[in-house]
Amino acid sequence: MITAGVDVGNKYTKVVVMKDGQVLSKYMVLSGFDQQQAAEEAYTRALAEAGVAREEVRCVLATGAGKGAVTFANDTITEVGADAKGAVFLFPSGRTIIDVGAEEGRAIKCDEKGRIVDFAINEKCAAGAGSFTEAMARALEVPLEEMGPLALQSSKVIPMNAQCAVFAESEVVSLIHSRVTKEDISKAVHDAIASRIISMARRVGVEKDLVMTGGVGRNVGFVKALGEGLEMAVLVPGEPEYVSALGAALAAAERAAG
Amino acid sequence: MVVNQADKPKEYWRWTEYNWFDPSRDWRKAKIISGGVDVGSVSTQAVIMLDGELYAYSNMRTGSDSPDSAIKAMKWAMENTGMKMEDLTYTVGTGYGRVNVPFANKTVTEIACHARGANYMYGSTVRTVLDMGGQDCKAIRCDEKGKVVSFLMNDKCAAGTGRGMEVFANLLAVSIEEVGEMSLQVEKEPPPVSSTCVVFAKTEATGLLRAGWPKERVLAAYCSAMAHRVVSLLERNGVERDFAITGGIAKNIGVVSRIEKELNLKALKPRYDTQIAGALGAALFAKALVEKGKG
Repeated sequence: MITAGVDVGNKYTKVVVMKDGQVLSKYMVLSGFDQQQAAEEAYTRALAEAGVAREEVRCVLATGAGKGAVTFANDTITEVGADAKGAVFLFPSGRTIIDVGAEEGRAIKCDEKGRIVDFAINEKCAAGAGSFTEAMARALEVPLEEMGPLALQSSKVIPMNAQCAVFAESEVVSLIHSRVTKEDISKAVHDAIASRIISMARRVGVEKDLVMTGGVGRNVGFVKALGEGLEMAVLVPGEPEYVSALGAALAAAERAAG
Repeated sequence: MVVNQADKPKEYWRWTEYNWFDPSRDWRKAKIISGGVDVGSVSTQAVIMLDGELYAYSNMRTGSDSPDSAIKAMKWAMENTGMKMEDLTYTVGTGYGRVNVPFANKTVTEIACHARGANYMYGSTVRTVLDMGGQDCKAIRCDEKGKVVSFLMNDKCAAGTGRGMEVFANLLAVSIEEVGEMSLQVEKEPPPVSSTCVVFAKTEATGLLRAGWPKERVLAAYCSAMAHRVVSLLERNGVERDFAITGGIAKNIGVVSRIEKELNLKALKPRYDTQIAGALGAALFAKALVEKGKG
């Protein structure tokens, strides 16, 4: 049975096509302004890559902030539901999932079947999401991909006073002026965002094993800060940004099987 | 290398800095010359009062060095008056950088100063003051003497602050001083963008511009988001008549009119520069402290 999951995030739209528990293809495009078009494009490309025709797909589930825009989906699944399902599929020992995307952060506690026990979400404030790192990378004039590796080169603890991304940008500029190195500032940035995600996760309760998903999972600086802050190993899949789309495709298979 | 002026990015966030004094009065005849300096995170104001009456002030952007900004602001307020720093009888510092006013005799919190200043600027009937500053926003309730009864403050988040508006002025390439008027040039009020996060509001606005929204409409969506945000702060602290707005955003008719509409309450018309409320309150405290010391 072939199913698909479509995750329309604030920044990227991801599609996973599966057949009998095996991933056939993945595809990712920028969500841009027209989410409906982005979903359509990503889906068409993913199907082409898998060599699957539309009518062969038994069920499509949509998730993510723009899930309502996926007109070709059979139904939707909540972001936390898709997250947990995908994470536990990849790491069966995962009980706590931390998903940090461009504009959202989530902490989810689940059971061995990937069923939700409790969760917390921040979707109101950039200080607890990937946008924060993006804004700081701009202030530092460093490409976003280099922020994480830069942070790894520092072991200094510099507390940031500002919580808000807008205020933190000014703070970063004044740190540059007072000749703090880019490495140290980058670490301070990751420590700051990790501490906010950690306090959200603690409200839910953090249990082993911990799985990190979402695009920010690619940021080694953040993953290190998260692991150190929680004093716990962090399991990160190879392509963390696809976990929700994967979970949606898995849930689609369960629904189609009835 | 010669840099072409046109290539330099225009600073849309920049507002006019200025100073003022009353040439009809002679400060040498005053018994008490009190000074107030409000070193904010974005702007710094200095006020000079002669026996409790406003005589001179300045309003400028805070530099990277707070003590330097405080001195500069006070000297600028004195410009063309013939007054020197040592002529000040007593000076109070306030604001975020109040500990960095080297010539101040004392410091007082900005909450107390804003309430006191608003009482002078708008009269003793003011019971609710909304101070919309550069990096914070305060809802203050006060009594007929300008004493604080209760207050709520947001200094953690740029939504509802002057910095947030600066970000939008830059994004839309519209001078910060024109944003308010421009936001009113819409036939129908659009739905507001995110009222909780400036970063998200900016992303939304970029999308709206790409979808072909005119600048006026995007600004309207942001001004109403900002109004909504501060109204919730005001309502949590309680709103009682009369109502006055101080700080830089009080000069933005787009935000002010939307706050009034949402509260269903008109704000008192300002008779002074709304940004000097804190420094004015500080100068009033300075005068009271001198009198107490003498009495």
